[in-house]
Amino acid sequence: MFRSLVKLRCPFGNILSPNKVCTSQHLRFAVKYSSATEERKRFYQDVSISQGEGGLYEINLDRKKLKTPGGKLFTAPNEALAIGVATEWDAQKDTLKYYSMHLTTLCNTALDNPTGRNEKQMISAALKFLDTDTICYRVDEPHSLVELQKNEWDPVLHWIEDRYNVTIGSSSSILGPEIPKATKDTFRQHLNSYNFWSLTGLEFVITQLKSVVLAIGMIDRHLSVEQAVLLSRLEEEYQIQHWGNVEWVHDYDMYELRARTAAGALFVHLSSESSTVKRKLMQD
Amino acid sequence: MAALSSPIRVCRGILKELRVIQGPTYKRSLAYSYVMDQFRKNKVTGERYCRAQQEAHHDSHTYLCLLGSTRSHLALHKLYHGKGDRSREEVAALVGLRLPSQPGGKGWEK
Repeated sequence: MFRSLVKLRCPFGNILSPNKVCTSQHLRFAVKYSSATEERKRFYQDVSISQGEGGLYEINLDRKKLKTPGGKLFTAPNEALAIGVATEWDAQKDTLKYYSMHLTTLCNTALDNPTGRNEKQMISAALKFLDTDTICYRVDEPHSLVELQKNEWDPVLHWIEDRYNVTIGSSSSILGPEIPKATKDTFRQHLNSYNFWSLTGLEFVITQLKSVVLAIGMIDRHLSVEQAVLLSRLEEEYQIQHWGNVEWVHDYDMYELRARTAAGALFVHLSSESSTVKRKLMQD
Repeated sequence: MAALSSPIRVCRGILKELRVIQGPTYKRSLAYSYVMDQFRKNKVTGERYCRAQQEAHHDSHTYLCLLGSTRSHLALHKLYHGKGDRSREEVAALVGLRLPSQPGGKGWEK
């Protein structure tokens, strides 16, 4: 549906807008990125990776090099990520299902940077979620859900408060808890050590889980993906227990969320790590 | 620390997913050799490698989750959401109606 909207917008945008250059640039991105729901035929047989200039890894489809939607050469900073992306392209059977290629999507976003933001802005955007963090908002009733939230969410909250030595707290008022400025400063400082690629992944995870606490808990390897997704959907799970599970809504959402979250977490880890193997000296 | 299943199970799980993706020739794929390589490297063998074992374990678990969830998601997508809108006949059948098979019935008399 979004695709047809963009197509409809194209002719109007060009006629009405006086600032034509800027609009066409935006539209070019919009049209290219709108192809996410379109399924294209698989046009290649072999997928391979090769190391190009500067040690960056490239993806080859048959003999052509993969490019990003923005037209840049697709490059990945390390072998693991490149293999992950190549496996995604290899996994497509007859048609290309872009909506299932999460690692590719994340790499494209990091390479093209369609929103044109820098690291500082991304950190601010990510920390905005702290004000409305899922696990800081509690309900007053029913009693069993209150208990469930307390039992499941409090340990994670305590863990992050201890780990970073900050105060977050929880609240059942509509305004949420008062989060002190020092807390945000601590997190800002922590996130400053992340590079652009990791921040792209981290912001993606935060927006998926709707929670900074859960995202950081998972990136710091305190939670597994399944646990983080479960905690993020806690109220939904509670309702499912009460009213029953509907496969084409609940399971569908859960698997999609899990896949996206896992891709984001893996993306953060792979793009921030620098793996060095140190061998111990042989002792005779 | 998150409770993860044992490394050997994660490894088997990833290989199973790769086989589903790539068919019987999966042993020749890039991912297969990389995964096997990583699992062999990060075995605790007399502290030869300094990389934290839990770190690699968590990442492999995450990758398994990514592969498995994507597969399940695509299966559900194909089953319930992959066909687009229903046709007019199907929509009518949903509420127990049938479309007239051909014009010429009531209302079409000349």
